[in-house]
Amino acid sequence: MNIIVCIKQVPDTAEIRINPETNTLMREGVPSIINPFDLHALEAGIKIKEQLGGKVLVLTMGPPQAETALREAISIGADEAVLLSDRAFAGSDTWATSYILAQAVRKLGADIIFCGKQAIDGDTAQVGPETAEFLGIPHISYVIKIEEIKDNYIRVQRLMDEGYDIVESGLPVLLTVVKELNQPRMPSLKGKMAAKKAEIKKMGQAEIEADENNIGLKGSPTQVKNIFAPQVKTERKMLAGAPEEQVDALIAELRGIKCL
Amino acid sequence: MSIVVRIEKCTGCETCLSSCPFDAIVMKEGKAFINEYCNYCKTCISVCPEGVIIETEEVSNLKPQMSNLKDYKDVLVFAEQREGKVATVAYELLGIGRRLADELGTKLLAVLLGADESEASELIRWGADKVYLCRDAALQKFNDDSYAEVLTNVIKEQKPSIVLAGATPIGRSFIPRVAARLRTGLTADCTSLEIDKETKNLLQVRPAFGGNIMATILCPDYRPQMATVRPRVMKKGEYNKNRTGEIVNIQIDEITSRTKVVETIKEISGISVNLHEAEIIVAGGRGAGGDKGFKMLEELAQAFGGVVGASRAAVDEGWISYSHQVGQTGKTVNPKIYIACGISGAVQHLVGMQSSDIIIAINKNPEAPIFNVATYGIVGDMFEIVPLLIKKIKEVKGI
Ligand SMILES: Cc1cc2nc3c(=O)[nH]c(=O)nc-3n(C[C@H](O)[C@H](O)[C@H](O)COP(=O)(O)OP(=O)(O)OC[C@H]3O[C@@H](n4cnc5c(N)ncnc54)[C@H](O)[C@@H]3O)c2cc1C
Ligand SMILES: Nc1ncnc2c1ncn2[C@@H]1O[C@H](COP(=O)(O)O)[C@@H](O)[C@H]1O
Repeated sequence: MNIIVCIKQVPDTAEIRINPETNTLMREGVPSIINPFDLHALEAGIKIKEQLGGKVLVLTMGPPQAETALREAISIGADEAVLLSDRAFAGSDTWATSYILAQAVRKLGADIIFCGKQAIDGDTAQVGPETAEFLGIPHISYVIKIEEIKDNYIRVQRLMDEGYDIVESGLPVLLTVVKELNQPRMPSLKGKMAAKKAEIKKMGQAEIEADENNIGLKGSPTQVKNIFAPQVKTERKMLAGAPEEQVDALIAELRGIKCL
Repeated sequence: MSIVVRIEKCTGCETCLSSCPFDAIVMKEGKAFINEYCNYCKTCISVCPEGVIIETEEVSNLKPQMSNLKDYKDVLVFAEQREGKVATVAYELLGIGRRLADELGTKLLAVLLGADESEASELIRWGADKVYLCRDAALQKFNDDSYAEVLTNVIKEQKPSIVLAGATPIGRSFIPRVAARLRTGLTADCTSLEIDKETKNLLQVRPAFGGNIMATILCPDYRPQMATVRPRVMKKGEYNKNRTGEIVNIQIDEITSRTKVVETIKEISGISVNLHEAEIIVAGGRGAGGDKGFKMLEELAQAFGGVVGASRAAVDEGWISYSHQVGQTGKTVNPKIYIACGISGAVQHLVGMQSSDIIIAINKNPEAPIFNVATYGIVGDMFEIVPLLIKKIKEVKGI
């Protein structure tokens, strides 16, 4: 089984704070991590390889420093890594990113492509399905369980609003995964050694034969107009006193606004 | 286009460095330098105290533009159904869609797949002018391939300027395929949509970075402008039982789908967990301490006539199932009343519930950030407060 896992290096958004004066992000000291969902995607890929043989390739599009994320993925158990880095890729939105990833996957070849459900920086959850569309293959979103994989056949559970669907597909297929799918393993000592020595293959626009009109800022239909801090509510009432009094005050408030 | 620093005037104050969400500014010889990871979000331009970061001109020259932008007119809403019934989010989309269409002076179209004519008429009463209905039973169950195929075809024929769908598991799964196929932009999970007065472009506002910041996204050079819209954020339009419109039945040839849904399993827990539709949600966090705490919250929910939600910490502890989780990686809810018990109010939780009409926070730590978004705050031990509250509500309601 040839497996490609798409991973993205993202700032750890749990650590991000807003500068109240400028209303902008404070990135200082915020570590870069592998998008948490992608670690679950990687784990799923490694498990399948262990079961059925084959190899796991991790693929990322990003700046040269994204190499760190690829090496970390190798330390966890990926066999190969490809970095898609090119100045011409800068400013890509989900449409252009997906086009670029799909061009690379075409060159590299895969039976199953894994993505995280979403990346925690953009939170779009679009790159997986869009990449599948560019590849001309089916996709299944929010995979919470892989039930069976045989020659050219896969059956998974897809998490929905009020339960889950059991979905079948042929291969190749692209799956986006949720965190409940598995528990990602930690890097092993052997893995860390491998990661140090591993050769990271680099590909740019020419190598993946990407059309310049489809990549980077030029190829991106969407544009960020501006970024601003979310507003917080201000009209807050703290209900003081002993517990009895607090509860009575709350009941009175709710009745006052006809919510009880 | 690019964003550059006028080096000669840069004082090297580094203000822009930490403001960049993409880590794309570095210091070189005491001056700021913007490298290739720039996403053109222009944050640095707004923070630079010297005003020496500027946008270079050639913006419009650079981008290829669709030649026939003007041919795209109407607003089109994808109306999602479940088990043949139109989902609430579709009515919300018609609410915002109607407003946008009126502002643009165009029609409001809706697409309904796998439901029958009576549901299509409902869409008209909620504001649609024209409904494209495909009753084919094969579309009753959601399937990425077939939904993408049918919707893409309608869009190609009708050429709407704006396409909206719910940011639900269904919408977020197949709409990206449609956008990819149409070679146009798609903005995920929008919480506000406006028409730019001058350009008539759609201003699409959405949270990013785990809800830490909001971004306004444009799709100026391609059509349609597509967005998925967060459920429970937009207000439904007006219901008019006498409203008339047109229903266009669409026929499809054999639908080929490469994936197949073999079974749909609903999760049933003690109390039904339709968080999206709930008017009152009683949510518990790590402070609920365990199963006993959640039993108590369930009782409170019952007294209120609501359902139980949870923070991720409570779900991770195994006190309640994932389908109850509210927040960035759980559900987004917008009930009339949200009661947060023993929840600290991490941003990832807040993004999922802060648009609730009334938020009641019960937490023993007066510094807990949940109080920042609360309408009513009670500093106290939930194990004392909640039982009292249950008792009082029952008294008031006479149950
Ligand atoms: C990528 C990512 C995605 C995430 N997605 C989500 C998400 O979707 N939803 C979500 O909820 N979280 C999410 N989180 C986790 C989030 O950051 C917090 O860890 C989580 O919300 C904390 O849950 P909590 O408030 O229940 O627990 P804690 O932060 O531990 O807070 C418990 C609170 O209970 C109070 N308390 C304790 N005992 C009592 C008592 N007896 N009476 C009253 N108060 C009491 C304490 O004062 C404290 O404020 C995400 C994190 C990441 C990194
Ligand atoms: N630049 C990228 N390089 C590799 N994979 C990516 C990239 N961006 C997104 N992905 C993949 O697509 C998923 C969804 O990302 P997003 O659509 O940005 O929320 C991620 O979990 C990754 O698996």
